[in-house]
Amino acid sequence: MANHRIILTINGETEQVEVPSQMTLLQMLREKLAFTGTKNGCMAGECGACTVLMDGEPVNSCMVLAVECHGSTIITVEGLAKDGVLHPVQQTIIEHGGVQCGFCTPGMLISARALLDRNADPSEEDIREALVGNLCRCTGYIRIIDSVRDAAERQQVLSL
Amino acid sequence: MQRRAKEQKTPQPIGDSVTRVEAREKVVGSALFTDDLQFGAGLLYARIKRSSVPHALIKSVDTSKARALPGVKAVVTGADFTGYIGLYLTDRPIFCRDRVRYIGDPVAGVAAVSEAIAEEAVGLIEVEYEPLPVVFDPEFGVTPEAVVLHPDLGKYDVANFIFPKPGTNIANHFRIRKGDVQSAWAECAAVVERKYRIPHIQHVPLESHVSIARVDNDGKIKLWSSSQSPFAQRNLIAKSLGVSQSDVQVIAPYVGGGFGGKAGVTIEAMVVAIAMKVKGRCVKLRLTREEEFYAASVRQGLVAYFKMGCDKNGKLLAMDNKYFWDGGAYCEYGVNITRASGYSSSGPYEVPNVNADSYCVYTNHPVGGPMRGFGMPEMHSGLEQCIDELAHAIGLDPVEFRKINCVKTDSILVTGMKMHPTGLTESLVKTAEAIGWGKKEPASAPNKRRGKGIALMWKAPAMPPNAGSSANVSLNEDGTVNVSVGGQEIGQGSFTIAAQMAAAALGVPFDWVRVNSPLNTDTSPYEWQTVASRLTWSMGNAVTAAARDARQQILAMVAKAWDEKIEDLDIIDGKVISYKSEESISLKDIVIYGIPLPNNQGWVGGPVLGRGSFMPTYVTGLDPKTGQGPRAVVHYTTGAQAVEVEVDMDTGKVEVLKGVAAFDVGKAINPEMVNAQMEGGFVQGLSTALFESLRFKDGLVLNPSFVDYRIATSSDVPRDFQSIIVEVAQDDGPWGARGIGEHAMVPTIPAIANAIYDAIGIRVGSPPYTSESVYLAMLDAGLVE
Repeated sequence: MANHRIILTINGETEQVEVPSQMTLLQMLREKLAFTGTKNGCMAGECGACTVLMDGEPVNSCMVLAVECHGSTIITVEGLAKDGVLHPVQQTIIEHGGVQCGFCTPGMLISARALLDRNADPSEEDIREALVGNLCRCTGYIRIIDSVRDAAERQQVLSL
Repeated sequence: MQRRAKEQKTPQPIGDSVTRVEAREKVVGSALFTDDLQFGAGLLYARIKRSSVPHALIKSVDTSKARALPGVKAVVTGADFTGYIGLYLTDRPIFCRDRVRYIGDPVAGVAAVSEAIAEEAVGLIEVEYEPLPVVFDPEFGVTPEAVVLHPDLGKYDVANFIFPKPGTNIANHFRIRKGDVQSAWAECAAVVERKYRIPHIQHVPLESHVSIARVDNDGKIKLWSSSQSPFAQRNLIAKSLGVSQSDVQVIAPYVGGGFGGKAGVTIEAMVVAIAMKVKGRCVKLRLTREEEFYAASVRQGLVAYFKMGCDKNGKLLAMDNKYFWDGGAYCEYGVNITRASGYSSSGPYEVPNVNADSYCVYTNHPVGGPMRGFGMPEMHSGLEQCIDELAHAIGLDPVEFRKINCVKTDSILVTGMKMHPTGLTESLVKTAEAIGWGKKEPASAPNKRRGKGIALMWKAPAMPPNAGSSANVSLNEDGTVNVSVGGQEIGQGSFTIAAQMAAAALGVPFDWVRVNSPLNTDTSPYEWQTVASRLTWSMGNAVTAAARDARQQILAMVAKAWDEKIEDLDIIDGKVISYKSEESISLKDIVIYGIPLPNNQGWVGGPVLGRGSFMPTYVTGLDPKTGQGPRAVVHYTTGAQAVEVEVDMDTGKVEVLKGVAAFDVGKAINPEMVNAQMEGGFVQGLSTALFESLRFKDGLVLNPSFVDYRIATSSDVPRDFQSIIVEVAQDDGPWGARGIGEHAMVPTIPAIANAIYDAIGIRVGSPPYTSESVYLAMLDAGLVE
């Protein structure tokens, strides 16, 4: 169980971490670096609670080995807000009441951000498809879908 | 007098859809859940050796190899603890002693320096079993042929409203005998008789169960747990281990989904038991997703028989219902589901003649525990389909039939209790209108059939008659307010509601109020449990009383300082004002330091601390032979749902196109949060209607993963959902409010089933209505070839 030294960027900060070969990105974030905003829901890549952005793409961090992240750029839920200003979808999910227990919320927000990054004007169908890997047991998704659509509209207004 | 520099408009927060108080910390990732707490390098990890057989005597447990494994710090078995644990019936050992009763039953626990070593140690524990006959069906379980799972049933402590039958597998039998059912059948113009089998399901919180325990050298126990019930855990664990409640401290951060699965005690006593063997060390147990599906608790299975009849005008005359609940290996909590489904056994209908028998039956299945709805979704699944069938049989529209028979204010209920004011009829009418009842829409494709269905529901908080709540309200130097409660925030919005009530009762702006988290049984005021949709009503009463108490203290202080009468004073927008002298003073100047008297004559007042508590005192016992009594429950929340579905004739796939829900919540303290409960509950109900069942083979759960046990995703929810709030005030609710959390998923299965019938003309029967089951039913009926 050799340790590996990896260097990566997390939420804009360069980090140097020693990780065992079998440690997942999720474990490294939560246990080595105390980025506990990213949640552990199944450890099997099935629920989406651990979703983070890896080089711009949403990944289940429980299915990625930490060593694979050497040289990567990772964004977690803690990195969504900038200087205390919430990302539009963080703001709209509050306003639409798309947060209940909050356990799926970090992964849900990351998937939403990834969608909005690649598609500034997603249809409802696009949103449903983008969130299909993020399970939520509380909200029934409707308010989350609405909040992503609203965030897209606000971003468009901002960019005009 | 000093005036506040910045005038703020006070929201009248009762009835305002303010945003969730803890929303911001949840969207930035800083909200702490139990698994997020950091315990440092000394933390030990626990794993559990679980029974691999459904029913057997334990001949031997050999832990020597596990103990010898380097890194293992403790191994605990049933031999270490003699007690039992349980909420209503203490039938459960912390670790199995003489026998195991389901696949997953805990036989031993290990604490080690890593999860991997703990897991390896579990694999080294050798258990020798002597297999026993099994019970997998609750109907079989009540017969004399069934092996008795709990020979000591007569020795267990039991609540005085639960009636176990020692020498059998019946952990509780609740009876209703009202009127004369036998004679009534002769008067009936139509009778429907049906059997339903409602499968086991699982709560599926996104956060699996997790607990950390530490036991000091002086025996003081500290438990951090993802819990709906820190006070019940304190009480039950203390009683089970024979220690004082005050020596057990339970700390409960935010809960990542509960739905009843984190009520009572599930894994927590095991963690404490292991920690007792490694004093001073923190021991953590987190269930894997696989364990979560069968090793904490599941929703009980149900086999239900309904017989109901009406006269030629459609007036219900009689019901005879039998419920056989698959309570699983231990029924310590589940026995009360049986009782709840007994005293509500008629559904929300006024029926003069009712027989009902509700049995909680021990089986060799996972432990049946409380889940959102507490027996009501299961019971209504069949009952509301029978009501539909009976309406058709007598030639009445299902909505008309329900209008005639549903409970109304002053109806005599199945227990003999008189119904309080209720908006059930209004909910029914509004739901029918919103779904476009009576109008048949064309299907979207030639191979599809479209239909509409409706269902009603009722549910009372199921709890001991004297379940209590309490709250404290304290004020800070800056005038802000801290509310302390023992009720948990599990996503339903209880903290926001508490803040709204405190703000309104005290007279301060909503955003001045904080609700203390995590809960801590050493410092938070008592709350029975966060279950039964009881917090808005019960905890709400306590919070309101505490805020009013603080308000009175403040007004008394100011009245004395100003030499005025309390009646002339008010608190508005965080300031005390006098209607008489037109003086005003900001709370921030006075709630800690008091007010100086004129001419240096001393001070009045001091730190303000309001207290409030609430406990219903009026619930009566019921006759064990007839289930009759003046007041069975505190109240019923009632409501209705309707859906429009489309059935794909090629695949059997059911798509829910539109959903409507209307519930009588008494008073919506926060309307958008009420709507959010209606939506979330509807989708959870939709998920159970279309997809969910735990599949068993010889007691083994075959589908303990998200891949094999599918829950609704963002692609499954209807594009059109409408929620309607009905408000008929609850006489003892804060501002008239009563609960809504559980109710929202109660009528969904039968509403969908009735819509499928409307679409394709056949009754698919028991849920879930998967593509496969619907297609096979259509094949059987000759609808497809």
